[in-house]
Amino acid sequence: MSDQTRIVAEAVVEEDAPRSLGRDVWDQFTRHKGAMAGTAVFLFIVLAVIFGPLIHTIDPTYSDFRARNQGMSWAHPMGTDNLGKDMLAQVLQGGRTSLLVGVVAMAIAMFFGTLVGVLAGYFRRLDGPLMRLTDLFLALPILPLLLVIIMLFRDTLRSTFGPETGIFLLIVFIIGITSWMQTARIVRGDVLALKEREFVLAAKSIGTPAYRIILRHIMPNILSPIMVSATLGIATAIITESALSFLGLGFPSDFPTWGRLLYDGANFMTITPSRVFWPGLVLSLTVLSVNYIGDGLRDALDPHIRGR
Amino acid sequence: MTRIGLLMGATALVAAGAAYADGHSERGSDGQLNIIYWQAPSLLNPYLSGGTKELEAASLVLEPLARYDETGTMVPWLVDEIPTVANGGVSEDLTQITWTISEGIMWSDGTPLTAADAVFTWQYCTDPAGGCAQLSNYNGVSNVEAVDDSTIRITFDEPKPFPYGPFVGAQSPILQQAQFADCTGEAAPTCTEENFAPIGTGPFIVTDFKANDVATFEANENYRVASQPAFATVNFKGGGDAASAARSVLETGEFDYAWNLQVEPEILTQMEAAGQGEVVSAFGTSVERLMVNFTNPSADLGDERGTVAHPHPFLTDTAVTRALSLAIERNILVEAGYGAAGRPTCNVLPAPEVYASTNNDWCLEYNPDEANRLLDEAGWEMGDDGVRVKDGVRLSVLYQTSTNSVRQGTQALIKQMWEAIGVETELRNIDGSVFFGGDQSSPDTFQKFFADIEMYTNNFDGTDPEAYMGNWACSEIPSPDNLWLGNNMPRFCSEEYDAMVVEMSQTAALEDRAALAIAMNDMLMDAGAIIPLIHRGGVSARAASLEGVKMNEWDSELWNIAEWSRAE
Amino acid sequence: MFAFTIRRLLISIPTLLAISFIVFAILDLAPSDPTGNLPLTIPPEVRQQIRDSLGLDEPFPVRYALWLKQFFINEPLNLIEGWTGWQFGDGDRLRVTSWATRSPVVDLIIERLPQTLWVVGMSQVVAVIIAVPIGVISAYKQYSWFDQIGTFVSMVGFSIPTFFTGLVFIVFFSVQLQWFPSIYDTNHEVTDWDSFVFQIKQMIMPTMVLALATAAQLSRYMRASMLDNLQQDYVRTARSKGLTERVVVTIHVLRNSMIPVVTVIALNIPTIFGGAIITEQIFRVNGIGQLLIIGIQGADIPLVQTLTFIFAVLIVLFNLIADVLYGILDPRIRYE
Repeated sequence: MSDQTRIVAEAVVEEDAPRSLGRDVWDQFTRHKGAMAGTAVFLFIVLAVIFGPLIHTIDPTYSDFRARNQGMSWAHPMGTDNLGKDMLAQVLQGGRTSLLVGVVAMAIAMFFGTLVGVLAGYFRRLDGPLMRLTDLFLALPILPLLLVIIMLFRDTLRSTFGPETGIFLLIVFIIGITSWMQTARIVRGDVLALKEREFVLAAKSIGTPAYRIILRHIMPNILSPIMVSATLGIATAIITESALSFLGLGFPSDFPTWGRLLYDGANFMTITPSRVFWPGLVLSLTVLSVNYIGDGLRDALDPHIRGR
Repeated sequence: MTRIGLLMGATALVAAGAAYADGHSERGSDGQLNIIYWQAPSLLNPYLSGGTKELEAASLVLEPLARYDETGTMVPWLVDEIPTVANGGVSEDLTQITWTISEGIMWSDGTPLTAADAVFTWQYCTDPAGGCAQLSNYNGVSNVEAVDDSTIRITFDEPKPFPYGPFVGAQSPILQQAQFADCTGEAAPTCTEENFAPIGTGPFIVTDFKANDVATFEANENYRVASQPAFATVNFKGGGDAASAARSVLETGEFDYAWNLQVEPEILTQMEAAGQGEVVSAFGTSVERLMVNFTNPSADLGDERGTVAHPHPFLTDTAVTRALSLAIERNILVEAGYGAAGRPTCNVLPAPEVYASTNNDWCLEYNPDEANRLLDEAGWEMGDDGVRVKDGVRLSVLYQTSTNSVRQGTQALIKQMWEAIGVETELRNIDGSVFFGGDQSSPDTFQKFFADIEMYTNNFDGTDPEAYMGNWACSEIPSPDNLWLGNNMPRFCSEEYDAMVVEMSQTAALEDRAALAIAMNDMLMDAGAIIPLIHRGGVSARAASLEGVKMNEWDSELWNIAEWSRAE
Repeated sequence: MFAFTIRRLLISIPTLLAISFIVFAILDLAPSDPTGNLPLTIPPEVRQQIRDSLGLDEPFPVRYALWLKQFFINEPLNLIEGWTGWQFGDGDRLRVTSWATRSPVVDLIIERLPQTLWVVGMSQVVAVIIAVPIGVISAYKQYSWFDQIGTFVSMVGFSIPTFFTGLVFIVFFSVQLQWFPSIYDTNHEVTDWDSFVFQIKQMIMPTMVLALATAAQLSRYMRASMLDNLQQDYVRTARSKGLTERVVVTIHVLRNSMIPVVTVIALNIPTIFGGAIITEQIFRVNGIGQLLIIGIQGADIPLVQTLTFIFAVLIVLFNLIADVLYGILDPRIRYE
């Protein structure tokens, strides 16, 4: 579309009906093929892990020892592991945990990362203290820190929320609190550059309050790196969780998660390839679909692209 | 180097004469031997680090007076014969033992090994500021003296029916006095150079040592057997994990020998099929066991948690523990996690042969019906949720162990077997450095045992079970009073048992000692304090071209490395 | 900018001291124990003696002060002596000593630097070389087949953890094809062409595994940032001035898009020295990452404390460098 036709088109639209921003964003989003495909895949995975166990009713923790190390079959569509547990049931059950951990931990990390990054980048007085805090978190040795946190809080959380919810909260908190720093640094870097741009200076000169400048002018322009961080963050969170359970710091060992299935299956790669193929596939598909959704959102929220 | 090795070998050959008798070629003719230990040694002084990896790496260099062969028999190593009461080497009152060093044993620097070195080694380890890890090998030793250059006399405080603690086995080799003289007490840890490259009498000498990474050795020119070792150099690499160590021997053929391959058996079988090497295993005294907590670990008890003041609500009931044992199908555990390196056992003391009881073999038969019957009879009734209840107490256990993929597999299987008889099971795994560490502030140590059941492996050094069976005396119960230091995890306490512990320390005849050990083992089994699962062997892999490996669980696996050679 | 740099360097000192204290406190609180990995046949009393001989019976502040003295006074003096041959005092100073190996921590680190720098350092270089062009082209030709494939590959690369890609590499290249060794030889010395070829061969797998993971991440940030900048008014201005597309993209847009990429690289460089724990384990590169993980597993407090602290220094330093670079890339950014 050339600029002229666009202006005409916009004029026509304006005459039609007043349009809300949300509507605009949604229209643009649905026009993004990748984003639509991503949403479809992601929804499919979410629905599968929620409703799948109702259809495929084998207990993921039940081990049928005579049927161990099996390939794909009708009884076990994704095969079985070395203890005879059904892989499909484990992938479905594991997906519930992994998706929830991935999304929630990523949200926590994004929230802290963006908050710290924007504050540090925009307010010069906060820059020093906040960035030194970031340095501190970057330098902390994660493993001993985890051991300390688990030692201090596991029993309290276990008695308050029960073994599974307690551990879930702990894990999500730990992953979130130890992975916001990169986002913070990136956001701050962008904000430092943005706040010297003409449109921000202009907004400042007419006395716009700081929170307004941040929300209306800065935030939309740092969405790209945040989206990328968020996409990568989900994958990181899912993998970090598997590292935690491997170290005995995560969920109990009979509690499957995608990362854990992949880890446990790695050595069986040449015996039962389906053991690593399926968890690896769903993990990649999830990250890929989130990435495309992120791309779509970014385009839809970007005023330069929207309406083009 | 190789040429010098050949020359030296040849000269020694002329001097010694019949060294070709075993048909092997001369020293240093087989090139390099590549060994991989996936846990890398952190130093080469076994007195400063008691880890198995350090002991075994050091055994290429340092040697004891006598060691155990692959059958668990004691063999003279730096001496001509093992002292006994019969040959006069051990005094009638069992308080003294006298060793005589063989003629012509030399340190790798060419100086002779003397009795003074042994005396020094004892002083080195017993220095209170040194933090010696092998101190328990010198328990009860009141004096070690050099009668003359080749005679060592060890005196004990009280009669010692089994006087073969000091200087026997890979745990207590002899250090060279000349090298370590300035490294005693507080100075011990500062002698980095010495700890990284001790001088020994063994077949190899250290040429380079990178802590936690790689050590290189070369043949010792002064080794007492002129034709040995067949290998000129040894590359001793560490790091990574067990599965990939196995792969480097069995599949890629990059290494000749890999140690401690605790990997699921089907993986090893598949790798072995590649034909580059084979898996070797041997059994010692290791038993994977469930410890049953006789005290109440409930957090509500605060500071008195896990102490004898509060008995466990249901695990002191022998019907319950017996049912738990009967409900475990041990063959499946072996098949899933151990393969050829494990066999079901019902004894906490499974070996040597003379000490092994046969009175508990009922547990070998998997019998859930009998388990159910026992529980029904004892009044544990099945509740609506599939968990048995009696007087409002639910049969619900927290089952903890250290983090390790085979252990987690075993946990999952046992959980299922127990839930089938109405015992609810919650699993927990804890990082090994926390679980086996004694940190006072951590609630997760195996000594505090704030769980109902815990699983791990234990064994004893050498072949004498006296100290091991002493672990379950009342005085060994960990409690806040002794800072949780103690080996009696189940908190089992019986006067009768304690009496047998004392009796054993005063009994010399092997048959009587065996009868006592069996009685003690049976008492523990009957009380249900310990549920043995698997008699575990060591598993290693050797390349097809490597000859002379005699897998040994009683001593260092590398005990006879001098005899190893490359097949043509 | 110079004044800013100096001020930041001065502020770094108290920051680093605070970090070192917090890290020491965490390590001290952590429940793992230096005798935890010993065989169970070693009785508890002996373990207690070992702990005492390590100095663990001293109170926390004493141990922290001792570490500070050893690290900030004794170690630098030792280094200076080693370089210059001068002698300060009697030369008999207590160095920071690792509990597990009983050898000076600094020596261990120096011993392991070469392999870590070779492998992890090279992987970062490879990652930047792969990622920047992919990111630029993907953004410039958004939604072209190149972009789609690039996105796909980098996302798959990022979502598959290194422990898995490493194993796939070994099974494929070492076991099946027998091209590359699966175990890194840290004693190998490059002396001639053949040994150089061997060095390349043994580096290729660990380097690629790490580079793929990093490149995936880097190319995503590069692409996103390029996309943002391609929309800016100055691009239109540059084009309308008649500049060639090449100049517009490589000089104007690329330069302005580098801020997030510089941040990521600056965050990654300290991790080069931190080593790559998993990859080093898989291929037995046994560099600093492996040293750190062994130290943590063995509760080797002096080792972990020293490594973490050096790591913290690098983080602070490279973040400062990144801040200076922001100013160079975008002269409007000012720090007063």
